[in-house]
Amino acid sequence: MIQPLKAFREFWPRDRVFDFLIPDVPPVLDTSHKVILYLEGISVSFDGFKAINDLNLYVDEGELRCIIGPNGAGKTTMMDIITGKTQPDSGVAWFGQTINLLKHTEPEIAEAGIGRKFQKPTVFEEHTVYENLELAMASDKRVLPTLFSTLTGEQRDMIDQTLEIVGLSEAFRTRAGALSHGQKQWLEIGMLLMQKPVLMLVDEPVAGMTRQEMEKTAELLTSLAGQRSIIVVEHDMDFVRSIAKKVTVLHQGSILAEGNMDEIQNNQKVREVYLGE
Amino acid sequence: MKRLSFIFDDKLGLPLLLALGAAMVLVPTLNLMVPETSFFHVSTFTMSLWGKYLTYALLALAVDIVWGYLGILSLGHGVFFGLGGYAMGMYLMRQIGTRGEYGHPILPDFMVFLNWDKLPWFWHGFDMFPFAAVMIVLVPCLLAFVFGWFAFKSRVTGVYLSIITQALTFSVMLAFFRNEMGFGGNNGLTDFKDLLGFSLLNDGAKAALFTVTAGVLILAYIACRYLVSSKLGRVLAAIRDAEDRVRFFGYNVENVKLWIFVFSAGLAGIAGALYVPQVGIINPSEFSPLNSIEIVVWVAVGGRGTLYGAVAGALAVNWAKSYLTGALPDAWLFALGALFVVVTIFLPKGIAGLIRLKKEAA
Repeated sequence: MIQPLKAFREFWPRDRVFDFLIPDVPPVLDTSHKVILYLEGISVSFDGFKAINDLNLYVDEGELRCIIGPNGAGKTTMMDIITGKTQPDSGVAWFGQTINLLKHTEPEIAEAGIGRKFQKPTVFEEHTVYENLELAMASDKRVLPTLFSTLTGEQRDMIDQTLEIVGLSEAFRTRAGALSHGQKQWLEIGMLLMQKPVLMLVDEPVAGMTRQEMEKTAELLTSLAGQRSIIVVEHDMDFVRSIAKKVTVLHQGSILAEGNMDEIQNNQKVREVYLGE
Repeated sequence: MKRLSFIFDDKLGLPLLLALGAAMVLVPTLNLMVPETSFFHVSTFTMSLWGKYLTYALLALAVDIVWGYLGILSLGHGVFFGLGGYAMGMYLMRQIGTRGEYGHPILPDFMVFLNWDKLPWFWHGFDMFPFAAVMIVLVPCLLAFVFGWFAFKSRVTGVYLSIITQALTFSVMLAFFRNEMGFGGNNGLTDFKDLLGFSLLNDGAKAALFTVTAGVLILAYIACRYLVSSKLGRVLAAIRDAEDRVRFFGYNVENVKLWIFVFSAGLAGIAGALYVPQVGIINPSEFSPLNSIEIVVWVAVGGRGTLYGAVAGALAVNWAKSYLTGALPDAWLFALGALFVVVTIFLPKGIAGLIRLKKEAA
């Protein structure tokens, strides 16, 4: 009689909780070591081509980091890995000390606080500028809450502020598809801001911009850094020089050099691969 | 008043809703109250015909939500329409009772004919209307959920998704053609007698069906209008235009697609259930791939991405179909093909787009 009871107790120990019974609480972002992004030993290959090869990258809290590199250096693939679009073959990626980026889907990573601007400016062309910002806004993004959501005064203020920051206050009723190329880039940056990201990944923000627009964008990005970390991928050297304190050079999927702009420009290896000397 | 602004902001939808509301009351009145000799009399035939068109309009709404707003071109919505219709048909079959040819109190005629001695398990409960009413919505939704779960979670999009929806409806058609399935094989379900105790042969019952169909269409239109003018509606159009962008803003795109697809399937199921008692038959040809493509043509002609366009397109194309198949029976398929080509090339936004262009010009 006692034997089966004992067996049952062993099967159902009172001091243990089954894994599936533990509620899945998303970890809180922890940057107590002042580092927001850790990429360590990341490798990924597509059909034998090594797009990323043993990449190690650390980005500090509040930093504005520029990443440069020739075409095919793996810049966009790196962003895909950080945002959960691509799974690396090996390596680890952590957001702060607690969030394992490789274990989450794109929406989950976005909710955790990583915003991404695409290489080609991607806005919702059929919607107005205002609606674009409304859609991007940090809020409950599940299906039913979205169906019944209405804008609160606070949220309206936030949209107005963002319109101001990206300089589109006058154009708030314009259909996004009718904006100029530069305005679309700014709108997308504004949409990222609405997300209240902790880390912003900005892919080629000044491609196709005029000199004036470029200056304005440089101003915008430098003013945004500090409160949040920003990683900018860019080809335009003048632009990079105007904003960057620290530059990382990517080559064939791994880091070639890291330092301030002057160090990079005087680095012999960089000159060889990048400037073809 | 502000809460209802989503209805009143719909400048072209509002007249359509008013017209539907008027038809809902007037058509049955003119059929039942006005003597047949009068010019204003609406014949029962005409009323049932337009009742059928209204169910098509409801189906077009369902397709427009997923295609026009969400950008998923479903070429298999006929399957949800048909399943809703079959659920209604099963209820109507169970109502026949001993009045069938073979006079069996429980088994429908085709089962007696196949020498079956008892009701298959899935026919139980269909003698009760509330059960059938639940199944009308539940069965299409369930199929849409299972299908959508696999298709959307594995990120099948674009033309590939269209092809597998087409395969879905085709495979269901083949299954329902088999006598062993227990749905009457290629003859389907017919010879219906009454619905909720009212004889379907009665003019009064037909008028009531017309009113109910128009009412359901109005309610569905308002529900869809609420959906598309909500923030979720803007998310739908955003998914259509830039899916990845939406995903990186933290929306679970697959979930949105899944629930909207399920909602649309439910609407299609209701449309099918209202269709069956008005035409008096449901058979596997409703699942034929061609039918599902025709729905897309209605929406394209009316103007996808606008709810009133979908309704108007379904009514206009079906009216033209009835007219042409009567006047020039051989010409209809050519006309349908030509219509689709002309709309695709010259009117990408359909009739609704034409009206908007005219307004902007004025």
